[in-house]
Amino acid sequence: MSNTNFTRRGVLKTGAVAGAGLALPTYLSAASHSGYTNAPQGSTVTLGFNVPQTGPYADEGMDELRAYELAVEHLNGEGDGGMMSTFSSKALQGNGVLGKKVAYVTGDTQTKSDAARASAKSMIEKDGAIMISGGSSSGVAVAVQGLCQEAGIIFMAGLTHSNDTTGKDKKANGFRHFFNAYMSGAALAPVLAKQYGPDRKAYHLTADYTWGWTQQESIQAATEALGWQTVNNVLTPLAQTDFSSYIAPVLNSGADVLVLNHYGGNMVNSLTNAVQFGLRDKMVNGKQFEIVVPLYSELMAKGAGPNIKGILGSTNWSWTLQDEGTKAFVKSFGTKYGFPPSNAAQTCYAQTMLYADAAARAGSFNPCAIAEALEGFEFDGLGNGPTLYRADDHQCFKDVLVMKGKEDPANEHDLLEIVEVTPRAQVEYAPDHPMFAGGNLGTCNPGA
Amino acid sequence: MDAIILQILNGLDKGSAYALIALGLTLIFGTLGVVNFAHGALFMLGAFCAVTLNKLLSFSFETIDPTKTDFLGNPAKVKTAYVESWFGPDVGAAIIDWSVPLAILFSIPIMVGIGYVMERGLIKHFYKREHADQILVTFGLAIVIQELVKHYYGANPIQTPAPSAFRGSLDFGAMFGFDPNVIIYPYWRLVYFAFAAVVIGAVFAFLRFTTFGMVVRAGMADRETVGLLGINIDKRFTIMFGIAAAVAGLAGVMYAPINSPNYHMGMDFLVLSFVVVVVGGMGSLPGAVAAGFLLGILESFASMNEVKSLLPGIDQIIIYLVAIIILLTRPRGLLGRKGVMEE
Amino acid sequence: MLGLHSKDFKTLVIVAVLTMLAPFILNPFPSGSAMAQFNAGYPDLMQRFVIFGIFAIGFNILFGLTGYLSFGHAAFLGVGSYSAVWMFKLLSMNVIPGIILSVIVAGIFALIIGFISLRRTGIYFSILTLAFAQMSFNLAYSVLTPITNGETGLQLTLNDPRILGVSATESGGIPVTNFFGAEMRSTYELVVGGWDFQFNTGYYFCAMMLLLAFYLSIRIFRSPFGLMLRAIKANKTRLNYTGLNTRPYALAAFVISGMYAGLAGGLLASMDPLAGAERMQWTASGEVVLMTILGGAGTLIGPVVGAGFIKYFENIFSKINDSVLHGWFDFLPQGMENAAVWVTEHFVGPGWHLTLGLLFMLVVTFLPGGLVEGGQRLARLFRRKSGDKPDAASQSKPAE
Repeated sequence: MSNTNFTRRGVLKTGAVAGAGLALPTYLSAASHSGYTNAPQGSTVTLGFNVPQTGPYADEGMDELRAYELAVEHLNGEGDGGMMSTFSSKALQGNGVLGKKVAYVTGDTQTKSDAARASAKSMIEKDGAIMISGGSSSGVAVAVQGLCQEAGIIFMAGLTHSNDTTGKDKKANGFRHFFNAYMSGAALAPVLAKQYGPDRKAYHLTADYTWGWTQQESIQAATEALGWQTVNNVLTPLAQTDFSSYIAPVLNSGADVLVLNHYGGNMVNSLTNAVQFGLRDKMVNGKQFEIVVPLYSELMAKGAGPNIKGILGSTNWSWTLQDEGTKAFVKSFGTKYGFPPSNAAQTCYAQTMLYADAAARAGSFNPCAIAEALEGFEFDGLGNGPTLYRADDHQCFKDVLVMKGKEDPANEHDLLEIVEVTPRAQVEYAPDHPMFAGGNLGTCNPGA
Repeated sequence: MDAIILQILNGLDKGSAYALIALGLTLIFGTLGVVNFAHGALFMLGAFCAVTLNKLLSFSFETIDPTKTDFLGNPAKVKTAYVESWFGPDVGAAIIDWSVPLAILFSIPIMVGIGYVMERGLIKHFYKREHADQILVTFGLAIVIQELVKHYYGANPIQTPAPSAFRGSLDFGAMFGFDPNVIIYPYWRLVYFAFAAVVIGAVFAFLRFTTFGMVVRAGMADRETVGLLGINIDKRFTIMFGIAAAVAGLAGVMYAPINSPNYHMGMDFLVLSFVVVVVGGMGSLPGAVAAGFLLGILESFASMNEVKSLLPGIDQIIIYLVAIIILLTRPRGLLGRKGVMEE
Repeated sequence: MLGLHSKDFKTLVIVAVLTMLAPFILNPFPSGSAMAQFNAGYPDLMQRFVIFGIFAIGFNILFGLTGYLSFGHAAFLGVGSYSAVWMFKLLSMNVIPGIILSVIVAGIFALIIGFISLRRTGIYFSILTLAFAQMSFNLAYSVLTPITNGETGLQLTLNDPRILGVSATESGGIPVTNFFGAEMRSTYELVVGGWDFQFNTGYYFCAMMLLLAFYLSIRIFRSPFGLMLRAIKANKTRLNYTGLNTRPYALAAFVISGMYAGLAGGLLASMDPLAGAERMQWTASGEVVLMTILGGAGTLIGPVVGAGFIKYFENIFSKINDSVLHGWFDFLPQGMENAAVWVTEHFVGPGWHLTLGLLFMLVVTFLPGGLVEGGQRLARLFRRKSGDKPDAASQSKPAE
């Protein structure tokens, strides 16, 4: 691949009058005549993949990046085509998008909203990216989504689980394929009630920031609706590494379930600490003490090691699913990289495919045309079963997986097993649900 | 009552980690006068000594087991650790199980070596430079060490379990007449506390009761005079640097089972350990230890629900708040000496 | 001129020329070429160069002159950003009220924190400032979320009241920040041959602020007040013995540098109306310390150079990925190409931190005075070669 593929400026060269100055009044390097920001010119179209490459989520970011690279390969007709063959929409031909070869640029979000925005801006201003995708935290996703709305770029969110992304911070140019905290709660609660009984007392430890709060609110509401009681909800500082002082009081609180609304390093540490304190060996109120981790990730399951055995949580997708789309994706990812993809990787791959497909169906890269093509789009074959991109809030609705740490893993990747595939109908909610209220989608912005 | 006892235990446990790191830092920072921003990285390296030994011991050869399949449906490769095939599965598994305690022996020479190389190769040239330059160079070093670890081990935390004999927890309360299951505490954390006490005791004994220690203490108090007496204080300071690195490393090795090590765990502890050292008072080893335990215990108390409901968010800031109060009431921290790092 | 010595005036002019021509200077490679990856002449990064330049200049007034090493300066940048965004939300999208408020609020914060922290000196002072900044960060991230919007960062929404102005534009978007109508984000593109130069209103606004800030800092460096600050660094005890109370001077320097940080924060928010809590984290405070030392503490131009260096690595090196590398080493035979990529990828993309760390170590080991000293050495070398003419190549020579 020659380097000229990575910027659209290579083509500007040919069109420019050599040596003569030509001033164009533009905004954010929009080509003046196309009517939208960064309209691709020449034979390539540039996508921006903005993932954490340094900091605690670097490994997750690398897995997302692998999925993006794979998706670009498949879009350009290289490799085995992955989920393109199982995707219900057949607009993509494996010859790029709308006849243009797909090129991409990458950036480092550092899991900080500031750095993520700087990186996204450089993709838009310098590299002429027409779409930004990625993110491994909701704060970053919301911040970059806001930027893309203002710049007139489509944002295809990566891993972001907070209700706010498609709730109070939703944007017309932003789309989320990943599930959210509400869905986790709605999927998990019935399984919890079935497995642990309807008469349980829960103690919540919650990461003290926006995602933690929405996660806690969602799971508390869902479990209380089924008869559980909430004994306490304790907020823990994000920077906390040792959770012993938060876990020590749990046993004497009368609770018989501990819910860890933590993600990433927080979750690995709090779960490890809880197991160290022997919580899972205890009987409280005549019942076996249980721990629940509402949001699972494969990488964090690996970090927590044997501590996750038997613990329930939820994921957006799992490589152990047996539908055709999943099998095709796992095969092509596994063949290329030697290990199965994480659910973060799957959502990133799917988002790239969905974007490309929307462009192909719309016949244009104009963000408003793409948004229109995605809104209300029903599709299948991307691993999650029949899925709807709801027009009201740009959230995907699909089945949610309730997962459990496997007791007897067959290999180092085989850490989680599917307990239940919660049907889509059970996790759906009205667009004006109170947990998602207060936002305004606004109107699509093509920039320029 | 039981809640308070539990938090005291937690505080002692956290305090042991703080005290160990601060102790090593004070040996460098408060005695050699070098602001060592790479100290957190040394702690992290210690934890990765445990990870590495665990990996080395589990080093395996692969055989293909046709009865099983991997995730792509190909015949699965089954890994057997070399130690298991050499010593038989039982002894081999026991050796792997005990990898963290074994890593203590493994890490001491490595950490002393790293400390020695660091001091001779880099820090030595910065004794006479401004503190700002020391910060820049050691921070750069810390980043380099971190990135190398990240490159080989990834950014994900790596589970490094304690020996199975130390998993689970002790019913502490039952031993003192409380109801069972009221005050329980994990074995490994109790081990950590005991281990920290031994290491701290050993460092103090070494400095107090050996001639070497006496010279170093004299050098700390007045480097010039000791030099004039014809004693090669530089060489001893190099050794002290090695010891400090080893103390940080040991703190890291033993910490690995408590929280899965990751490449940036050093940075997480860096700021905190500086706060601990300064609160303890510059140049004072007992001060550093006392401050470590004090802040550990206060942090644990601040995270109690009763306290948090009274003052929301207090656990987020308690360490810094206490640091400010102490530094304003006692100009040189708890036990600091006049004139050290005050210019 | 302007009350400056001719040498300082020359420095100011050089800085002015460099900032004004930055879109050309930072874009030396044609857009399509393999080297275009290293171009830094796009609005966002240019803005960051000058804004962090201002931050570092301000920090240098405290650290470079008085020797007080503050480890909590990012807190002032953070409160500056929050104040500006609140001003945009409540009052008007004009950047001027926002920036004024951010300077004032940062000044008040600096006065309080400085008043307490300056009771101690040396490392004790550093830890006090660090503690205040970390408390601000931790609280902004959690308990103060109603004011700061926590993890996500304070953003504009379509429902902001905005007294002077509209909540939403006719097309349904959020109005953009402007300077009496001139939109901060508007960019003129100049295409010359293969080159593509971008002239951004926001950048030039920031650049004017930088020149103003730089001019003020020269005046402070050369004033009797500046002399007094240097005296504090040289020998505080002796000053105290002469019956002089140094604290008001140190406090004044602290507040001034806090206001500079507030200005930088206000400008950051004006260019991109978002204020994230991580702007106040200790790593951000550490970054400005590193910028100043890397460039050359106590010199006029050093902090700006250091700020530029760090931001360049952060934004340019982090974006070089595997496929870019394969593109570069395309001409090599397969095996060598892979080897070259394997070696290089340690230092770019996810490995950009490593490059930065190595750079810190190399610079401080071999150039004790920071990058500025490197420049001086080069200049000396150049002068010697070109026949030892006095004052021949006094390009960006530092003032000290």
